[in-house]
Amino acid sequence: MYDNRLSGYLYIAPFLVGLATFTLFPFLSSFLLSFSDYQLQDPVEQARFLGLGNYIQMAGDDTFHGSLGVTFLYVFLTVPLKLAFALFIAFVLNFKLRGIGFFRTAYYVPSILGGSVAIAVLWRYVFAGDGLINQVLVWAGGEPLNWLGEPAYALFTIVLLRLWQFGSAMVVFLAGLQNIPTDLYEAATIDGAGKARIFFTITLPLLTPVIFFNFIMQIVQAFQEFNGPYIITGGGPLKSTYLLPLMIYEEAFKYFNVGYAAALSWVLFIIIALFTIIAFASAKYWVFYGNEREEGE
Amino acid sequence: MSLITRPRPDIAWIGRVNALLRYGVLIGVGLVMLYPLFWMVAASFKPNHEIFGSVGLWPQEPTMDGVVKGWRTGTEYSFATYLLNSFAFIIPKVVLTVVSSVLVAYGFARFRMPGKQLWFALMVATILLPKSVLLIPQYLMFREFGWLDTYLPLYVPCAFATDGFFVFMVVQFLRGIPPDMEEAAVIDGCNSLQVLWHVVVPVIMPAIISVALFQFMWSLNDFLYPLIYLSSVGKYPVALALKMAIDVTEATAWNQVLAMSTIALLPSLIVFFLAQKYFVEGITSGSVKG
Repeated sequence: MYDNRLSGYLYIAPFLVGLATFTLFPFLSSFLLSFSDYQLQDPVEQARFLGLGNYIQMAGDDTFHGSLGVTFLYVFLTVPLKLAFALFIAFVLNFKLRGIGFFRTAYYVPSILGGSVAIAVLWRYVFAGDGLINQVLVWAGGEPLNWLGEPAYALFTIVLLRLWQFGSAMVVFLAGLQNIPTDLYEAATIDGAGKARIFFTITLPLLTPVIFFNFIMQIVQAFQEFNGPYIITGGGPLKSTYLLPLMIYEEAFKYFNVGYAAALSWVLFIIIALFTIIAFASAKYWVFYGNEREEGE
Repeated sequence: MSLITRPRPDIAWIGRVNALLRYGVLIGVGLVMLYPLFWMVAASFKPNHEIFGSVGLWPQEPTMDGVVKGWRTGTEYSFATYLLNSFAFIIPKVVLTVVSSVLVAYGFARFRMPGKQLWFALMVATILLPKSVLLIPQYLMFREFGWLDTYLPLYVPCAFATDGFFVFMVVQFLRGIPPDMEEAAVIDGCNSLQVLWHVVVPVIMPAIISVALFQFMWSLNDFLYPLIYLSSVGKYPVALALKMAIDVTEATAWNQVLAMSTIALLPSLIVFFLAQKYFVEGITSGSVKG
């Protein structure tokens, strides 16, 4: 640990410059833009102040209301399901089995590839009218479904794309499970605790920091999903997959309503910030940092 | 009392059923998850009518038609151009990210300075900040710079440690390393930069590799930024080329598009299998240790 303040600041200087130029300045600019009628094709000087105009417009914009509803539905479906599934598989894996490494790798592959356009393209074909899923359905004696054409099913396909990438959350859960000292389990067993009791009194509390971390990351990512709806469904049918990030993109770069798009992006930001703040504020009631040794700096 | 000493054959039996159940779940889930990937690879070597005709993997009439035609693409450029375009900004991006993240993390982890807590907290906050709130002003800014339709907006910000996640990862790694060796080097007369280069960098190599690999993968997958910044097809990376391919060849040539998707995923897959332990270490370092 050095005490030289000047060189300390020299090392973090790139970050400070980057923070000011590429984060704080755009952050405040989009806040200001959200009160303007600025159009993408105009010079920035032509932007006029609208006051709360964009936000008032939002209040009466059915497309926005629909998009907001779909976004919440998407997040509330994907985050709990993905965490629960990741936790479940981590439990199944956390056992002295041969080939754990192999399964861990196999399950992690979709997380590595899942955000790519190639996988979104694959998804389109998997759920297409004569795609893989419908072929399997017919082969199994069922009826093919119009996955990408029915509003109810279309959202399901992009939800599934996110669930498919449960591997990264699972790897974090698995590391958390393996960090739990085995002598705790042994002590509990000797004291006569059953499996369920051990799970609820030892495993789950000691896992809460990892659950907390995964929860925050998944919430933040799910609210920003763009590739799936843009490539697989294009936001349709009937805007049933028109997630807020897609609406922001289209307002700004398709319809050139930059002011309105900036206002939408601030709404998205406030929603994510609220969720994060609530999660951090509630952490002291349910996240258990029990026996962890405090690491000094 | 006798519970521990007496042999319990039923426990061994339960253990075996338990293991069997676990394998059953693991293999079942694995198959369902990975089948679409295998199907994609197999479809690349099938004629189109066969893709729609059977759920099986093995091509009845294997053909390179999809790969060859897909590689040529429907445009004036071959797929090689798009691959090279991807690397043209991903390589600078990875290099700049590694250098800036290591410098900044070293500053945060090893220097006492006023205001450090605040800057560190802001850095962590940027990890949670949604990118879409910055997207539009960044676009306007780069337009003022005259950087539209170049790769500059895609990698220049990385020189300034804008991905807080990577700085955080290296800081976490550095905190786990006792500074004894570094202190010894200082006593021997090294300045902090020499210590960083000769002592710290070799020790934190696993973290550096993790940063490079994650940035490589995420940049390959990145779609939104190239989409808004690049307008000439000749500069398109793979991600945009694939999107273009489904818009153009939609209904007809599935084998071509799926073959190109397979090829597009190859760099990620190869890198992942060569270096998978760094991914697992990288993704767990921020969460479990922190």
